[in-house]
Amino acid sequence: MRFDKTEISLALVAIACVLFGFISPGWLIFLLTIALAKALVVQGVVMQMRSGLVSFGQGLFYCIGGYTVGMGGQFFGIHDAIAALALGMAVAIVVAMILGLLLTRYRDIFFAMLSLAFSMILFGILVKSQGLGSTDGFNVHNWTLFGWAPETGADSQQTVFTMTIAAGLLIAILIHRYTKAGIGVICEAVRENEVRVEYLGLSPRWLLYGNYVAAAAVSALGGGLTALATGHVDPEMAYWTTSGEFIFIALLGGLGHVAAPFIAAIVFSVVRTYSIEFVPNTWQMILGFTLLGVIVFLPKGLWSLVSREKSGERT
Amino acid sequence: MKKNKATLSKYLVSGVAAVALSAGMASGASAADNGKFRVGIVTFLSGAAAGPFGVPSANAAKVLVEGLNKGNLPAPYDKIGINGAEIEAVIIDEAGGATKQVEEYRNLVQRQNVDAVIGYVSSGDCLAIAPVAEELKTFTIAYDCGTPRLFADNPDAKYMFRTGLDASVDNIGAARYLAATRPDVTRLSGIQQNYSWGQDSWADFTAAAGKLLPNAEIVEEQFPKIYQGQYGAEISALSVKRPEIVHSSFWGGDMEALVLQANARGLLEDATGLLTCGEASFATYKDQAPNGMIIGARGPFGAFAPNNALNNWFKGAYNAAYDLDPVYPATKMAQAILGLKFAAENAGVADKEIPTAEQLTSGIKGATFESVSGTVQMARANGHQAMQGITYGEYHYEDGEASIVNKVSFTGECVTPPEGVSAADWIADDFAGAECK
Repeated sequence: MRFDKTEISLALVAIACVLFGFISPGWLIFLLTIALAKALVVQGVVMQMRSGLVSFGQGLFYCIGGYTVGMGGQFFGIHDAIAALALGMAVAIVVAMILGLLLTRYRDIFFAMLSLAFSMILFGILVKSQGLGSTDGFNVHNWTLFGWAPETGADSQQTVFTMTIAAGLLIAILIHRYTKAGIGVICEAVRENEVRVEYLGLSPRWLLYGNYVAAAAVSALGGGLTALATGHVDPEMAYWTTSGEFIFIALLGGLGHVAAPFIAAIVFSVVRTYSIEFVPNTWQMILGFTLLGVIVFLPKGLWSLVSREKSGERT
Repeated sequence: MKKNKATLSKYLVSGVAAVALSAGMASGASAADNGKFRVGIVTFLSGAAAGPFGVPSANAAKVLVEGLNKGNLPAPYDKIGINGAEIEAVIIDEAGGATKQVEEYRNLVQRQNVDAVIGYVSSGDCLAIAPVAEELKTFTIAYDCGTPRLFADNPDAKYMFRTGLDASVDNIGAARYLAATRPDVTRLSGIQQNYSWGQDSWADFTAAAGKLLPNAEIVEEQFPKIYQGQYGAEISALSVKRPEIVHSSFWGGDMEALVLQANARGLLEDATGLLTCGEASFATYKDQAPNGMIIGARGPFGAFAPNNALNNWFKGAYNAAYDLDPVYPATKMAQAILGLKFAAENAGVADKEIPTAEQLTSGIKGATFESVSGTVQMARANGHQAMQGITYGEYHYEDGEASIVNKVSFTGECVTPPEGVSAADWIADDFAGAECK
């Protein structure tokens, strides 16, 4: 197997991040863990955006991932983090395979609204489940890694951070290969002109279906990691504002590169936490102006700062 | 293209470096040891809970911190600041869900180096924060959230305290108030927001009413979703069942909308409203709420707070600053800050010294302290949970003046389950061991 330059630089950055984790303060490790875990969900959103579909309900799979990890430990005795994460992805895949049959028949705003509806259905079910703590949710703790139980505190924080980086790297490489492969390029063709793709003898619908299911699995992984890091899950994970946040980050980063969602998620988290600190009453406004600024000045997201030279080269 | 790839990796590396640099700068910028007692205050500054709960709480915190720093409070809190050290409050917004609050809690403790955290209106946030407080070994006071699960789920809590009462007390108190003032009612009904708060409140109230009002039956229950705002259908459904009592745990805009709409449609003329959080809108009802409507304040807070020197100072200072009387969330915030001050000054450290989290916990665990709401006993959950009485009364509006009449108070032992017993078990056991006056 050969790795191209992007993959090697991703791996180097990942290693640098892990090393950086040993010297940085606890709050920063936590912030980066959550940002990177959310970036995985954003990867799911971006995968679908590249094929022209905006999922306003990616919180559905984020929540499924989180709740599976939480319930696995709480009710089914699955304490191994890797097993729980895998189970979360499996559940998300099954749900996505069923919902995808319906959802891939729709495009544009209809897809967006229908995906939103399904995530709100899950939210409604969870709110009515008093055994799961209704809106209060429940704690996720006592997880292990291959039989080893990290101590609460810096130890477990470091472990989740490293797991998140590893998962992020793996997913990033897979997505990078996917977008470069023929099938990934076809996704963009579907966005541009679906009819022509059909004339090529390909089925846009099944392409979108596969894309939807894969995006669901990636998002569930992000949700599971968030649950492990936070130690708590609640139905807010499936609420539409959470899904909106993922779209916000996706727009912030742009579709230009597999690294864009990771960078955007970190920028988003840093901007948010410092605006909460410095302007506690109007931090949402700062976030809003940030997005507005990006939309006006960098319509293709933060990544266009990096790829600007590229377009210059082509002309 | 090759050149681009190279620049790309350069950008990636420089991006990470930038984050590292900003982090380093940030951690260098926060001064930990400036001799001040730094306290993080977390409450809703945006969203639906900001108006009724968050803003009055944040205002109360500002009034208290300013008053304490000037040494204006009456005894026993006349010492400047906290244990002689000036207080520096860091107020942040609670909006955004549990994941974000865990993140911001860590930022408060690890980046801003606060000595203690006071906050949390939402029960979900309290439950998410409790294990993190233990992990980071930070003295934390939950000032308002009502879930009984806070200490039931965290029985070994060491650093988490709650100076407010849990939601079971509200509803056991409400049932006791009915039993004391209206023992003959037979037709009860309820309307609750369909989330943890509403579901738990209704479960506690119906269980307690089942024991205390054995002749009463539940004729109707409605669970509209939170922030619905329009309750026409629910009010009709309640009206046709002709209830005598309409119990509701609504709060904020939902509660005001319900009172307005139910009153206009005559429901609150035929039936008596019983609002467990009703006091929070005490100043805004005017003539839109019927006289005789039963309201509570989740304890002896807000308009139910006693007439003592501390509360008179607090009401005066709050009124001078905001031209309003403090509502119950404001009183509860004041109580939490006084609890923190008590913990610090009872910890046995030298003057102006800032106590550690362990010293703070030993200063308040199981203690009894004076507060704006009277005497507070940290008498439940191994000394981590406050126990106080609760008062209900009827809203009365006459000649442009709102007041509360027919107040009935119940002692803490009368409405609080004994140590280690859940509210449901205690009610099922006919309130075994309850001491009512």
